Amino acid sequence: MNAVDVHDVWKYYGDFPALRGIELSVEPGACLALLGRNGAGKTTLLRIIAGLSRPARGRVNVLGQNARDKQTRRGIGVLGHSIGVYEELSALENLRLFARLYGMPDPTRTALEWLERTGLLVVRDGLVREFSRGMRQRLAVARTFLHEPALLLLDEPFTALDDRAIGVLQSLLKQAQSEGRSIIMSTHQLREALELATDVALVNRGKLAFRGPRSQEMLDDPGWLYRNYGEA
Amino acid sequence: MAAILYLRQTLAVAGKDLRAELRSKETINASLSFALVILLLFSFAFDPGAETVRDISGGLLWLVFAFAGALILNRSFARELMNDCLDSLLASPTSGSQLFLGKCIANFVLLMAVEALCLPVFGIFYNVAWTRQAGWLAVVFALGTWALTVIGTMFSALTVNLRLRELMLPILVYPMMVPALMAAIQLTTVLMTGAPPGSENAIWLRLLVGFDIIFTILGIGLVEVVLIG
Amino acid sequence: MREKLIYAFSIVAMALIAWDLYRIFMVLPDEANQGAIYRIIYFHVPAAITAMVGFFVAMVMSALYLITRNLKFDSVAAAVTEVGVVFAAVNLVTGSIWARVIWGIWWTWDARLTSMLICWLLYAGYLMLRRATDEPTQRARLSAVLSIFSFVDVIIVWKSIEWWRTQHPAPVLSIRNGGGMAPGMESPLWWNVLAMALVATCLILLRMRQEGIRRELDALRRYAHAL
Repeated sequence: MNAVDVHDVWKYYGDFPALRGIELSVEPGACLALLGRNGAGKTTLLRIIAGLSRPARGRVNVLGQNARDKQTRRGIGVLGHSIGVYEELSALENLRLFARLYGMPDPTRTALEWLERTGLLVVRDGLVREFSRGMRQRLAVARTFLHEPALLLLDEPFTALDDRAIGVLQSLLKQAQSEGRSIIMSTHQLREALELATDVALVNRGKLAFRGPRSQEMLDDPGWLYRNYGEA
Repeated sequence: MAAILYLRQTLAVAGKDLRAELRSKETINASLSFALVILLLFSFAFDPGAETVRDISGGLLWLVFAFAGALILNRSFARELMNDCLDSLLASPTSGSQLFLGKCIANFVLLMAVEALCLPVFGIFYNVAWTRQAGWLAVVFALGTWALTVIGTMFSALTVNLRLRELMLPILVYPMMVPALMAAIQLTTVLMTGAPPGSENAIWLRLLVGFDIIFTILGIGLVEVVLIG
Repeated sequence: MREKLIYAFSIVAMALIAWDLYRIFMVLPDEANQGAIYRIIYFHVPAAITAMVGFFVAMVMSALYLITRNLKFDSVAAAVTEVGVVFAAVNLVTGSIWARVIWGIWWTWDARLTSMLICWLLYAGYLMLRRATDEPTQRARLSAVLSIFSFVDVIIVWKSIEWWRTQHPAPVLSIRNGGGMAPGMESPLWWNVLAMALVATCLILLRMRQEGIRRELDALRRYAHAL
């Protein structure tokens, strides 16, 4: 059973096709780097896999089930462009809320554990609106990982992260990989992403222009893909 | 088991909304101030002699609640836009109906709180004894407030991603609430005279209950359609 | 094909209206109590019927859109609602004129007029929502839900205002004094319903075509941006 199966997915904005017949499979334990220009359709595709959007046509199965299924979403962790946590709640309250929503057996303990792992335990009762940018980003990362998701969906995660947050995220991702979790990461930062990636896909104008394993060529010259398969 | 989890998650959403609101108190303060100002302004519109006021007491109160309530209801889903929290909620294993009901519960509590604070002020400003039918009044307030809440929360979800959200919500919501407001107004006016709702007013109670049930079901059924694009 | 359909409908509609107008103004006598103004009922009531049927059809089309996600249903729903709003306005204006002539006041909170006013507000809101939404699929989705909510509310509104008026009676705008209209006088009403339905259909077909073109333009613009 694949981690993700995207079958003939189309997405329209009115009559304009933002995604055209996307066919994509991700094996369990793989880390897929999703590349593409702005407006190519990366975010649209990720949102559909995350269950935040419905495709006009086609099917998306995550961990064998429909992406919009409640049970499936229990196993998906999503990190988008924004931090996705509440300003007026404390770090602890935020994580406890999400632990509850994800059905964790002991929400408070899960929340405290993840505050520790992201270095936020000391500010656990501080309101998010008083946090620095780096602290917010780390809290967002905690929110994404706290329910031990089998599939991680990250939309340009390294953009706008400070060094400490990047460090935390990278170590968590490496650990996730070693635990056999699957990752799909859309990115502009080719270098960071390609280091972790096992597979690469390139989206160009709504179509999948390239899909294959990460090669040494790509690591040496990250622009190679864009030059050969899409416009830079 | 599934039912308990459903309830727990719904209450987690309601609790989150209430906690966030009670911490900042922005919306509830605005709503309460607005309500008090309207009560004050209405006193200039007519001479607050005993007879007239009792006749229009229902209308006055429910207009105040509808206008002040719009502030609370508008905020309901709009508060999720900051930091893309709406996406976090939708990505979690909760259904749209849980988000909807959770927010309805939170809004209901906030709106009832505003109403409970307005009522004594109204009684003092306009010299109306409202305590005589307090039990029935509570029932009518609860039913009427739930009607406002359900419609307002649903349309807060519908308009959440629109540019002109603050403008669209009142335009859409007020005509839709007319039957419920009408029923609540009739009943409240009767209760303000100290009489219990007689059999001729039973129809308004039935209307309120029917309205509440129909639109709660419709909201639960369609909320995911408006939230998931 | 659609062009021919539109022409056909409009010709039949115009012929029917011409014949109706002849009958209403030339053939029928003045009414006993109200004089000449009663003839307005032949426009006032059919407009209401056309509007309400329209809103019902719009709800059905909206539901069909949500089930199939085919944007054609959205075009129909939007077109029918818009035309319905126009006919509702006709009903309100003719009602107002009628009240002015009979009772000397421009508005009366007559049960049916009040209900129609609320309907008009509900569906004017629908049109505003469509205008406020730029992206076509989102526009279709949101307005479909609003259409369903609105029609359910319309039913409740009509019933509740009727009840309200039984508790607080007021003069009613109608000529059903005894128990209905005299035999010869009723049929032009129904012929006018048909005529208005035909006019409505023409307008709806035109409007639907407009929606289709608008979507096409939107898509072309997105293509251009993507290049």
